[in-house]
Amino acid sequence: MSYIALSDHDKKEMLARAGVSSVDELYGCLPDEIKLGRPLRLAAAMSEPELLRRFESLAARNTYVEHLSFLGAGIYPHFIPSIVDALSARGEFLTPYTPYQPELSQGTLQVIFEYQTLVCQLTGMDISNASLYDGAMAAAEAVLMANRLNGKPKVLVARSLHPQYRETIRTYVKNLGVRIEEIAFGDCGGIKTADLLAKLDKDTSAVLLQSPNFFGTVEELQRLGELAHQHQALFIVAVAEAASLGVLESPGRLGADIVCGEGQSFGLAPSFGGPHLGFMACKKEHLRQLPGRIAGQTKDVDGRRGFVLTLSTREQHIRREKATSNICTNQAWCALRATIFLETLGHDGLREMAVQNIHKADYAAGKLAAIKGVKARFDGRVFNEFVLEFAVDVRTVIAGLKAKGIVGGLDLAGDYPELKNCALFCVTEVHRRDEIDRLAAALEEVLR
Amino acid sequence: MIREPLIFEISDKGKRAFRLPALDVPAKPNILDGLPVRAEIEDFPQVAEVEVVRHFTRLSQQNYCVDLGFYPLGSCTMKYNPKINERIAGLPGFAASHPLAPEDLVQGNLEVIKLVEDALCEIAGLDAFTLQPSAGAQGELTGMMVIHACLAARGNPRKIVLIPDSAHGTNPSSAHLCGYTVQEIKSNANGTVDLDDLAKRMTEDVAALMLTNPNTLGVFEYDILKIAEIVHAKGGFLYMDGANMNALTGICRPGDMGVDVIHINLHKTFSTPHGGGGPGSGPVGVTKQLEPYLPVPRVVRRGSAYALDFDRPRSIGRVRSFHGNFLVLVKALAYILSLGPDGIREIAEMAVLNANYIRKSLDEDYHLKYATPTLHECVFSDKYQKENGVSNLDIAKRLIDLGVHPPTMSFPLIVHGALMIEPTETESKRDLDIFIGAMKQIAREAKENPEILKTAPHHSYVRRLDETAAARNPIVKWEKGK
Repeated sequence: MSYIALSDHDKKEMLARAGVSSVDELYGCLPDEIKLGRPLRLAAAMSEPELLRRFESLAARNTYVEHLSFLGAGIYPHFIPSIVDALSARGEFLTPYTPYQPELSQGTLQVIFEYQTLVCQLTGMDISNASLYDGAMAAAEAVLMANRLNGKPKVLVARSLHPQYRETIRTYVKNLGVRIEEIAFGDCGGIKTADLLAKLDKDTSAVLLQSPNFFGTVEELQRLGELAHQHQALFIVAVAEAASLGVLESPGRLGADIVCGEGQSFGLAPSFGGPHLGFMACKKEHLRQLPGRIAGQTKDVDGRRGFVLTLSTREQHIRREKATSNICTNQAWCALRATIFLETLGHDGLREMAVQNIHKADYAAGKLAAIKGVKARFDGRVFNEFVLEFAVDVRTVIAGLKAKGIVGGLDLAGDYPELKNCALFCVTEVHRRDEIDRLAAALEEVLR
Repeated sequence: MIREPLIFEISDKGKRAFRLPALDVPAKPNILDGLPVRAEIEDFPQVAEVEVVRHFTRLSQQNYCVDLGFYPLGSCTMKYNPKINERIAGLPGFAASHPLAPEDLVQGNLEVIKLVEDALCEIAGLDAFTLQPSAGAQGELTGMMVIHACLAARGNPRKIVLIPDSAHGTNPSSAHLCGYTVQEIKSNANGTVDLDDLAKRMTEDVAALMLTNPNTLGVFEYDILKIAEIVHAKGGFLYMDGANMNALTGICRPGDMGVDVIHINLHKTFSTPHGGGGPGSGPVGVTKQLEPYLPVPRVVRRGSAYALDFDRPRSIGRVRSFHGNFLVLVKALAYILSLGPDGIREIAEMAVLNANYIRKSLDEDYHLKYATPTLHECVFSDKYQKENGVSNLDIAKRLIDLGVHPPTMSFPLIVHGALMIEPTETESKRDLDIFIGAMKQIAREAKENPEILKTAPHHSYVRRLDETAAARNPIVKWEKGK
């Protein structure tokens, strides 16, 4: 296939205008010794039908999608209404650049403005940016933002924060002199308060925890936030399962200074991990330290409302090495999908979805923990994930389920050696009762 | 014209655009007791399905896009985004797969990753690629962290990164985020790296030179081999910002020019759509000596199957979750496989032809600060038009009236009043001629009727917007009654 739109006749005329006899001549400004001088060693070009066949056969080797799955752990299965696909596929949304020319980008800019509003409503914060790459990077950016705000060197990060978020934070701060310490979790699955208190001190820049946390447990945000604030530390709340915001109290109302998270649950398919979107919101007084693009409302010369990218003096293209972040391209199209998703579900739909998650996860957890050789590992309240502990090797349990066409839960021993023979299960509104019952029956057989 | 309101302004209680099936597990009436439940989400939208559809359809019509016409943003490579790639990325085998699924159930995905890595290694002439970085800036950060880790392992991570004054702002910002101090290298009269300045600054305190090649003027650094030699002689690394790879694919390879690390923007060179500001993907390629430092995990071949290798003690760690913007990788692979080796070379050749056609067509109407030959883009300035009080901003806004998207403005910083034009290879001669015609008309108007430029655009959905007011009194969300 070729996507070139020039005929031989066009090329001849254009070369003449350019004052050369061949394209090779235009490459005269390259030293000869670096020219490749051979064709690239790549597979021969394919027509569209061949290409489709090739990828259909690659996709068919992902037999995961034929399984009944109870995997969550940062990527959640939720129903996506048809209009999200239909509207986001429009070329007018898919094929523009970052809206640098606002007069030609009011569609994208108004969508970002609505997205920012929705994020603020859900998180209970004053200001949202236009999106970051993903939840992990948003958490890392939140840590760096806290460090810029108060200059203190230590950040306390919950051990119950998604393991990949913790790894990403460590990577980001490695060369910047910020120290990361972990806060342990207790028997409820939530923060072990005594450990938090023991580690909070005058050097603590921020306390970062996730709710619902990696084990599904809903944290007591208000109480923990107060402890952070008593030590003049900023309180950062990460939300990896954004659907929870449909029913749980907003982190802003419970004392968060910065809220960061992953927006995949809002209209974005699992996609083997991306592209999705990181979100980030903060209090008004911290606006100038927020990383990433921000859309703002203004007026044109005729007094009509319009939107522009604003506060760009925080950003790399103006401030270069003094910018609040190096981010340039973000996840605008994913934020568009999230906006369409949220406006489609609306107030009642989002809440109903979130409540169904709680009911179904509760039903599944109760049913599974009643099986002989299975018990709930933690006793705290959860949203749509929970940890089960098995009397036998968890690997044989997972393999046994897989043999019956079921994936899940996730073996936690790799990330948490202290959680031996434990697995994380996720149940959302997409799981029907008969599917949950099938999981229970299969587990019972595997353990028999 | 209908002025499309904000969705919040048409919301009304009780309207719905979606309904879930009824709860099919026993409902526990008190299930929310003991949880911190919110009363309501204040002012959250409530609209009907047709309202959502019309809202976004109308908004979409206020966007210019590649599907609509010429989009010559310099250094952004706004080429056509093939539709088949979208269809392929939407195949349920890819879109519905979970990143933590057992490896034997996602062999297709792991093979996609390996195929993209292998293709990029061949195109860039480097030994290994990581596909984890989400966009160019994260690629830069990853690349610089890899250099930092390698130098630290040798005993000294060093302190300074050298960056030419023509560089994109993400370069200094990424180097800084990696803990380095940035020093600027001056451009010479050709717009390329001043070798004397480089030689003077390249000491054993310098970790790397970050170089965009061809640079942001579209000029190829002819002395690239000497530049690499100067950097390597002091034990530093040559980092190439691959934002402009579209000029070089199949013609020459960064690895063959002495480049140690490169990031490539799949949303530029490899045709994945920009989506109004992402998602992108910024794979990073390195030489063999730097490979151990790439992010975890790596896809490896074990017997007849692909597997993920987490056991890499020298790795910098993760820069984000999972495997990067995976569906973007799928689209880029579809593009590479559809074009094949000749098609990949043709990208660069036709991009360079289109850019030189524009340059020669407009070089009497607009000032070119540097006479140096250029490849895939050219940078004019508003110097001639300034004589009549017309700035590059006025030129850009008038282009909007004439139906084409303006070029990149006021960048690179070394050209005052810059208009940076990158047509890409996928433009037809007809569309190039429409742009050239519009630019010539504007050059005429600047002399004859400058006022029409200074008050442009005249016909757009909104006219010039007050950006100063937006920044001074930020309104960054809708609030009821405001």
